[in-house]
Amino acid sequence: MPLALQTFPTVKDANATLQAAGTRYLGGGTLVIRAANEGDVSTSSLVRVTDPGLSQIAVAGGKVRLGASVTMAAIASHPELAAIAPAARAVGGPAIRNMATVGGNLFAPAPYGDFAVALLALDATVVTEDGETPVETFLAVRDTSRAIVTAVGFSLPTAESFRFLKVSRVKPKGVSVLSIAALLEMAADGTVASVRIAMGCMADRPIRALAAEKGLLGRKLTPQGIAPALAAAAEGTAPITDPIASAWYRAEVLPVYLGRLLLN
Amino acid sequence: MEMRKDYFADVRQDGLHEIGQARPRLDSPGHVTGKTAYFADRNFPGMLHLKMVRSPHHHARIRSIDTSEADKHPGVVRVLTAKDVPHNVYTILILIQVGPEDETVLADGKVRWKGEAVVAVLAETERAAQEGAAKVKVDYEFLPAVFDMEEALKPGAPLVNEYHGQNYYLYDSGECRKVRFGDVDAGFAQADHILEQSYQSSPIEHAPTETTGCVVAPEGNDRFTCYTNTQAMFFTLDNTSIILQMPGSKLHFVGGTVGGGFGGKVDVIVEPIAILGAKLTGRPVSFVYTREEEMQISSPRAAEMVVIKDGVMKDGRIVARKVTGYTDAGAYSRHSPYGTQKGAAHYPGPYTIPNVWIDTYCVYTNRTPSSAMRGFGVTIGDFALEVQMDKLARLIGMDPLEFRFINAYRDGDMKAHRQPTEGAALIECMQEASRVANWPVAGKYMAMSSYKKGA
Amino acid sequence: MAKVPVEFTLNGSEKAEFIESGTTLLHALRDKIGDTSPKGGCHQGTCGACSVIIDGELRLSCLTLAETCNGADIKTTAGLAKGGVLHPLQRAFLDAFATQCGFCTPGMMMAAKVLLDRTPNPSRDDVVEALSGNICRCTGYEPIIQAVLLTARANSQNAA
Repeated sequence: MPLALQTFPTVKDANATLQAAGTRYLGGGTLVIRAANEGDVSTSSLVRVTDPGLSQIAVAGGKVRLGASVTMAAIASHPELAAIAPAARAVGGPAIRNMATVGGNLFAPAPYGDFAVALLALDATVVTEDGETPVETFLAVRDTSRAIVTAVGFSLPTAESFRFLKVSRVKPKGVSVLSIAALLEMAADGTVASVRIAMGCMADRPIRALAAEKGLLGRKLTPQGIAPALAAAAEGTAPITDPIASAWYRAEVLPVYLGRLLLN
Repeated sequence: MEMRKDYFADVRQDGLHEIGQARPRLDSPGHVTGKTAYFADRNFPGMLHLKMVRSPHHHARIRSIDTSEADKHPGVVRVLTAKDVPHNVYTILILIQVGPEDETVLADGKVRWKGEAVVAVLAETERAAQEGAAKVKVDYEFLPAVFDMEEALKPGAPLVNEYHGQNYYLYDSGECRKVRFGDVDAGFAQADHILEQSYQSSPIEHAPTETTGCVVAPEGNDRFTCYTNTQAMFFTLDNTSIILQMPGSKLHFVGGTVGGGFGGKVDVIVEPIAILGAKLTGRPVSFVYTREEEMQISSPRAAEMVVIKDGVMKDGRIVARKVTGYTDAGAYSRHSPYGTQKGAAHYPGPYTIPNVWIDTYCVYTNRTPSSAMRGFGVTIGDFALEVQMDKLARLIGMDPLEFRFINAYRDGDMKAHRQPTEGAALIECMQEASRVANWPVAGKYMAMSSYKKGA
Repeated sequence: MAKVPVEFTLNGSEKAEFIESGTTLLHALRDKIGDTSPKGGCHQGTCGACSVIIDGELRLSCLTLAETCNGADIKTTAGLAKGGVLHPLQRAFLDAFATQCGFCTPGMMMAAKVLLDRTPNPSRDDVVEALSGNICRCTGYEPIIQAVLLTARANSQNAA
């Protein structure tokens, strides 16, 4: 069957159509059109929604709500989102950033999906017509998720508390060897009071670095202080092997880059 | 840009009109306006799209091919298998009498590498061709595969290519190309130090921005115009003529505009099958590699292994060099027997060494067939040689650049493959490199000349 | 096959076509409308050869469906020269020897044009960043970067 696009004004109308076999949601096109171009004939029908609400960015009272159709370029240039802009700028080149969406990034298989790594560290909430789901839960079940993502929400971090690092072999735009995002709250004595770390390319989708997080609590961000966290960083990971790097290489360099992110 | 006029001043001419002048490129105006016509910029009404069903296995016997579902698929116009190709077993260097014919246009009874073309599907749209290709059923019986050259050369290794009968190319000189110069054993016997090292490289893909492809239009007078991005127009035309058993006068090739080639577009892969499709359907045909095909299917530079054994004197003279080179041709010859031969002639590098022994092997494995790429047969060898030169210099405690001056070839020196050196400029290049890189060498080296007089 | 109407402005002139649903803008421009200046290099969003400007923003036409461009203002390299006079970027690409095989050139110029439209005096880093989604396998990029900087210098001298 040839590929065909159906356009709907609202998510509600589109959700029903999306249940049909061989149907996928079209966001920025950087995943589904790419697959069709490469000869994936499993998708014959695309669905999109033109509701302008999906492209809205709302920042109020320390809370951020990004519509699912918001692009990486829109986040990178938004004056109130400077703290998370590095994660949006890490995605693709300028043209890709004008197209790739927040919603799509949640479904991007490793080595893609750098922004979703940031969302996981930020403990974001994924919004669909069915309700709200923590991003960690959503990522785990994304392959079977059929409801259109309408938005993500999270508390806006301060520039000091949020750190993001993407490692690639080509600068300034390259595919990830790995990416790391960390949300750190420091106690008055300079020790880590709370921490969430997320990693890209260390599994087929973004995952938490739970062992490293545990190893950091109550520690100072010094080479000695972070040593236990670095030693435990690869625990529970299953890095991907692809033309960019082998699983072995990714596992070897993870502690090096996590160290740089934490000591920076 | 600085023109250094003091080198070879005796033969320089300063009255040249073009050399040393900035001249506009003739093709640039077309490029910057988007008007340059690449093959894929030709579009014909009723054009069919060709997609290839490829082997998912490295080595397998084909028990059966069932195209019945694909034949019936909406939009599919014609499905081609080996029996449709007039002269299915070919090799491109047959034009210069380098045989045997060892490769199939479409697999017949066996596949020898993952990605090998098995069935061609022609359809009204790319999508219909992809869907049709997905419906072709091929029943394979797995065969043991070999991916490593040393393994492939061991007795009892799986035989990759029956047309050769062994896993290496049999030259008229035997199992390898050989160069013998002086007495290498005597050279090693007199050497102060001996250093043997081995060097390896992986296949390298050219990754041109424009993928390999062609567009073919039947002209109505039993002639076919083929718009192609081949880097080897007449070579491709002649091979197509053999494969299709069609006189060359029936084939009109239009090309010369290539969106990046780097040697990756000198094999004869897309044109014969696309022209056959146009002939059998009477319709224009487009066959363009996807990016994945370009990266995985098109020939890369061969993987190589180079073992270099050198005998060197404390004063810096290399007195013996023995090189054993292995070129991984993959499953088929393509240009590799030639590249391997080029390697034999290229060693021992741009150095004059009195005792030389070279063996270079063209080895078959179940990997993607390799072929031409920028200086193939010599580039990896140069990497190995120059790393070896640095190691030798370190071994005898000599500056690596001065060490190269001592051994550099100069006009009149006899090369190992019996070609006298002429027009050498290595000494002068190194003198200039020493100057601009601020890597000083002793005055006696700066006074040297490729003419040998100054030595 | 379901045909759908598309209407947009291409390099200042209005275009209306019926195309098969699911057709990319790249195919619509090249095969239907006959503007072959955008090139298909990867169809994966990686090489940038298909770059066009849609409503002032750099986009990849290989990943954009034509029917999503209804009402859009689309610009391609074929529309850069006006009345036979080359655009300053085209002039600079010629003068700086920024083309070799030429296949990436139309996409490079689209990326450069968007940059210069917004940032008339870019730094070298700005240029590198702006061209970072466009792959050139021939030049090693330096002549292309120089061509963009040359254009910016020429523009600012003309303005002064």
